[in-house]
Amino acid sequence: MSSVKVKTKINGDVVEYVCDAEETLLDVLRNRLGLTGAKEGCSTGDCGACSITLDGRLTCSCLVLGAEADGHEIGTIEGMAKGEELHPLQQKFLDHAALQCGICTPGFLIAAKALLDKNPNPTETEVRFGLAGNLCRCTGYDKIVRAVLDTAQDMRKTKRRA
Amino acid sequence: MPLDNAPDKRKFDVVGTRPLRPDGIDKVTGRAKFGADAVAPGMLVGRVLRSPHAHAKIRKIDTSKAEKLAGVKAVITRDDLPDHTKGDAGLRDIWINIMARDKALYEGHAVAAVAAVDAATARKALKLIKVDYEVLPHVTDVDEAMKPGAPVLHSHIFTDGVEPKPKKPSNVVRRYEFGHGDVEAGFKQADLIVERTFKTEATHQGYIEPHACLANVGPDGQGELWVCTQGHFMVRDTCARLLGMDISKLRVTASEIGGGFGGKTTVFIEPVALALSRKANRPVKVVMTREEVFKASGPTSSTSIDIKVGVKKDGRITAAEGTFRYQGGAFPGSPAEFGAMTSFACYDLENVKTVAYDVVTNRPKQAAYRAPGAPMAAFAVESVMEEIANKLGMAPIDFRIKNAAREGTKSSYGPTFGPIGLLATLQEAKKHPHFTAPLGKNQGRGMACGFWFNFGGQTCVTLNVTVDGTVTLSVGTPDIGGSRASMCLMAAEELGIPYDKVRAIVADTSSLGYNDVTDGSRVTFSTGMATIHAARAAIKKLCARAAQIWGIPEDAVTWEKGYAKPAGPNAGDFPPLSLADIAAQAGATGGPIAGHHEYSADGAGVSFATHIVDSEVDPETGFTRIVRYTVLQDAGKAVHPAYVEGQFQGGAAQGIGWALNEEYIYGKDGRLQNAGFLDYRIPVCSDLPMIDTVILEIPNPGHPYGVRGVGETSIVPPLAAIANSVSAAAGVRLTSLPMSPPRILAALEAQAKGK
Repeated sequence: MSSVKVKTKINGDVVEYVCDAEETLLDVLRNRLGLTGAKEGCSTGDCGACSITLDGRLTCSCLVLGAEADGHEIGTIEGMAKGEELHPLQQKFLDHAALQCGICTPGFLIAAKALLDKNPNPTETEVRFGLAGNLCRCTGYDKIVRAVLDTAQDMRKTKRRA
Repeated sequence: MPLDNAPDKRKFDVVGTRPLRPDGIDKVTGRAKFGADAVAPGMLVGRVLRSPHAHAKIRKIDTSKAEKLAGVKAVITRDDLPDHTKGDAGLRDIWINIMARDKALYEGHAVAAVAAVDAATARKALKLIKVDYEVLPHVTDVDEAMKPGAPVLHSHIFTDGVEPKPKKPSNVVRRYEFGHGDVEAGFKQADLIVERTFKTEATHQGYIEPHACLANVGPDGQGELWVCTQGHFMVRDTCARLLGMDISKLRVTASEIGGGFGGKTTVFIEPVALALSRKANRPVKVVMTREEVFKASGPTSSTSIDIKVGVKKDGRITAAEGTFRYQGGAFPGSPAEFGAMTSFACYDLENVKTVAYDVVTNRPKQAAYRAPGAPMAAFAVESVMEEIANKLGMAPIDFRIKNAAREGTKSSYGPTFGPIGLLATLQEAKKHPHFTAPLGKNQGRGMACGFWFNFGGQTCVTLNVTVDGTVTLSVGTPDIGGSRASMCLMAAEELGIPYDKVRAIVADTSSLGYNDVTDGSRVTFSTGMATIHAARAAIKKLCARAAQIWGIPEDAVTWEKGYAKPAGPNAGDFPPLSLADIAAQAGATGGPIAGHHEYSADGAGVSFATHIVDSEVDPETGFTRIVRYTVLQDAGKAVHPAYVEGQFQGGAAQGIGWALNEEYIYGKDGRLQNAGFLDYRIPVCSDLPMIDTVILEIPNPGHPYGVRGVGETSIVPPLAAIANSVSAAAGVRLTSLPMSPPRILAALEAQAKGK
């Protein structure tokens, strides 16, 4: 089995690792780097629990090889809060009780942030389609959608004030 | 201090509020540790070899090549798991299910397992194991499995509950019968009878977290297991017995659990991981793939149901009868019995009879799925009720109100109901704006009611008062939807301290007495009541310490909103002592202050719900969209209303999936054809509307605060409510689930052809 040396940036920090050619980025994050916030729900890109950003783009890390991350920037749930300060989405998910078991939550937060980065003023339908790549089996999505819409509204207000 | 269980009439201070959950920060930052997130020094990766055949004799398993592969540290087969079941039939089924013995009974049945230094080596080792199978005829459909001449799975199953006892083995495990009155006489009185047959396909709980565990057993017979489960005490006891270990020597810790819905109430990989660890003398982690979850965990039953209901012209039901055939996979235990028991529970019936058949087929052994057995039965019964109301020209809601079970009704499954909330949900439904909102083109509205027993069970809680006056609470029921928050609320309410001064944890099996599994919607009820009693035990001690400090008799001290006070003017004049004041002096007044409660909880309150659904059916494609959805359910008392709403919404959403998309599809070869989230499609965000909720609170007399379970009832009405809605929208009665576009188109075509 051939090993690959990879240099990447994760949540702003330079990270170097060696991985097997066949290893997914999700496996590298979880098993080699201890970043277990991304979850493996299916390994086929259907559930979104492993969502990360690759150069800012929402990606299922189970569908990317560890080797392919070379020279790219990765964002994971572990990088979402800034020190003690939660990202507004993280806070709103708590406020709205938008999680029950919480296994899908990291993926939803990454996907929701990617959505709001592109579209700060989404309609309910846009939120629903923006999050359609992430499965949640507990909540029926109601409180998740409300949390994202509420975050978007707050962030727009904050931006206007700034 | 009253210790009886009459629901308090008082106003609550913290119960009923919506504070943030204690495990929230960990879960939004990715820090929460789930089943697959644990590591141990020297950890190996375990993987399981599974049968590709639905039914096959296992003649020989050759593991010699796999054992020789570099990096492989242990290989186990049936020979490594000798029979320790000591005549316990239920345990024996689990033993055979976790590792096939003489036969593979379904595609995905475990036949061997390996532990290796990494996943790639483990996968390679599995390919080197040679299994010599003799393929046998198989059966996966419940009706086919019941026919004479069907391939028989087990030579020891002779149908129980029939007279005379059959002489030949069959796939019918047992016949159940419930009811009262005389249905034949009842049907003779009827002006109108509707009789229909229904079928539902098997679905999976679809938790996003696959089963995962990390086992560590030493040659001294001591072990530890980290596992995502709804019941770590059950895992401990079952695994220890299967492996011939002392129960006390296996310490099981429940990880955060990424969904269960009943599917994590038994063991699959856990004893295998322990056996691998014991053989390798190294920690072994086993994580199922999604394909394994579909093929080798415990989906729910597929069913075939006949319903017959007779009514008078005035809308009063004269008789109701149902036959419920449920296949539960390769072993006994399908929830046919619960299907029959719950089916007519919403109705006040003079004459009712239900018969259930538990049937085995070549499918994975079913596990509980949220109100096991009830949603399918409700689908059949509530479809007939809607149809009969329509035929009578009566509004279905008025028909249901007229026949609704109420306090004093002898239920269709035996007991007489106490105070129940069914009528309240129906009356609220009628008043709800959804009920009279206009419908668009191709849209239809349906409704249905649902019932679930709810459960109590063995429970143990410890509450410790720390020296700074904050409180730790150890519970033994894994938190699958925010229950730690509810427990903190109830402890805070009793003690009279703020919510954030209580911290709840799910203690491991060596730190707390036995607790039944988190199931039966029992945790907020049972663990909650144990928490209340543990808090009251601690309060008794706190009062005693205050009495000691003041030098007055213990019974002269009372507890009020967090303070010990002299009970009256005769007790003396002392300034109140707060919980923190007393806690600070604990060391000098007799040592640590704690409260415990261990019991088997009785008095679980049954619960009812009414759901209203609008759907839109595209007559060209047969595609259905859920347009509007409202859940009205009796919670008894909503301890944390946000999470009660979450249970209502989650149950409805799972029901929508079950009604419209989800199904286990088997090929002629008996192999599952859609073992992945792409082809087994659970609802995604864009499939659903907002799900409105109305929480009703009809107190359960069996709980100090009136709490009833809420988690399961919410999945009982949706299949029926959606079927009624879709049937109204499409203009044709749908009797098979899921109501996928091809099925709806076929029904429309059949109707057009006048069939």
